[in-house]
Amino acid sequence: MHDLVNAAWWPPVWALIKIIIVLIPLLLGVAYLTLAERKVIGYIQIRLGPNRVGFRGMLQPIADALKLLFKEVLIPSTANRFLFLAAPVLAFVPAMLVWAAVPFGPGVAISNMNAGLLYVLAIAGLGVYGIIIAGWASNSKYAFLGAMRAAAQLVAYEIAMGFALVGVLMLAQTLNLSKIVEAQAGGGFWSWYWLPLFPFFLVYFISGVAETNRAPFDVAEGESEIVAGFHVEYSGMGFALFFLAEYANMIFVSILTTVLFLGGWYPPFNVAPFTWVPGLVWLLLKTAFLLYVFLWIRATFPRYRYDQIMRLGWKVFIPITIAWIVVVGIALETPLRAILR
Amino acid sequence: MANPVKRWFQSFFLLEMLRGMRLTGRYFFARKFTVQYPEETTPQSPRFRGLHALRRYENGEERCIACKLCEAVCPALAITIESEERSDGTRRTSRYDIDLSKCIFCGLCEESCPVDSIVESRVLSYHAETRSELLYDKIRLLGNGDRLEGELARDRQADSSYR
Repeated sequence: MHDLVNAAWWPPVWALIKIIIVLIPLLLGVAYLTLAERKVIGYIQIRLGPNRVGFRGMLQPIADALKLLFKEVLIPSTANRFLFLAAPVLAFVPAMLVWAAVPFGPGVAISNMNAGLLYVLAIAGLGVYGIIIAGWASNSKYAFLGAMRAAAQLVAYEIAMGFALVGVLMLAQTLNLSKIVEAQAGGGFWSWYWLPLFPFFLVYFISGVAETNRAPFDVAEGESEIVAGFHVEYSGMGFALFFLAEYANMIFVSILTTVLFLGGWYPPFNVAPFTWVPGLVWLLLKTAFLLYVFLWIRATFPRYRYDQIMRLGWKVFIPITIAWIVVVGIALETPLRAILR
Repeated sequence: MANPVKRWFQSFFLLEMLRGMRLTGRYFFARKFTVQYPEETTPQSPRFRGLHALRRYENGEERCIACKLCEAVCPALAITIESEERSDGTRRTSRYDIDLSKCIFCGLCEESCPVDSIVESRVLSYHAETRSELLYDKIRLLGNGDRLEGELARDRQADSSYR
């Protein structure tokens, strides 16, 4: 065993194994999130949702994936062929890359890096290039408008998101995602960061909804105005990659909100029956709850008008986050510091 | 919501949003109204107006006396009737066609019929792969009547007190 760990070829192989262990459940999760979305929205609209393929529709995602696989990949004659084909990959790869830093337990991650939060913020911001390039390369007015909207929206909400994370850094004093969770240990749900950083928690989650282009912020694909936005011209697997990226990003935003604000793998009460449940289960339960909120929001609210999205991002979220950074900063200079840290 | 302060308070603290989400959250648990069609169907009235049929009396004699009231009343001009004198001296149809691609299922033919001959059955799931299959002639209509007579008689009986 000792020889194995020391062998030169072992670290890359071990990294590959970890990647497979994370990505396969992730892609399955993405597949079943699409089913969960259709089911939840169906239930909220007092319908049943898909229930024909397999037991209660359990095989529906597989049928959908097969359908997309067998569809023709159409390339518009006026499109920039190389960029048109590269864009789905550029959207999909960052959506997978961010998972390198996500901690699933104390120090358990593909890469437990010290600049984890910075890495996550940087890579998550890259995803929009796929959307912008897709919109540009399609050479279609609707796709182009969708790309422009996505770009402007990203700029607005990335700032609020970044400021919201500053608050977490101020309390945790570390960029390592695993240590951020450990800094929230203590009593139970009241010692997690959502309570002292409640405005950040809301701003981060709502910005996350906006970042992933989900309803009610889905103007980049607003079908009532610009058909399907940046992915009008895509079919088959090209479209499927955008789809996978969007849903993987949803799961990522949910799990990151859990890690930063909802105490990661810690149980809500630090007493017997709750501590028996493994930490990973708590992490996934909290993530699943936030994903449900994603779907719940989509089923509840109509799409924002474009100027309203910009107003919310620039005139509401950024001032709130700046103000609360000041509040947290002042609180850290008072005796409250002992409670907060 | 005239008060701007109250309005600001309501939207800034997401109270309006939460109220909306509470409503949809309640509907998540509400009883679902989906009717799973091939296995379940919605209830039908005895007055349901579906596929047409020509009925017969119990002794096997066709009811239709070629009065052509249905043809006259049909707003879609879907019915074509030709009549002749039969060997026993009664007036009978020699041709009774309904073009289902024209029919609007208004039920006026059924209502106008003095002998309850042309009726609309409860059958709603029939199909045709060519246009000509939707042209029902007398033989096919009588066939429908023979096949569905039990149900047709029961439905007329159930509705009789209102007629």
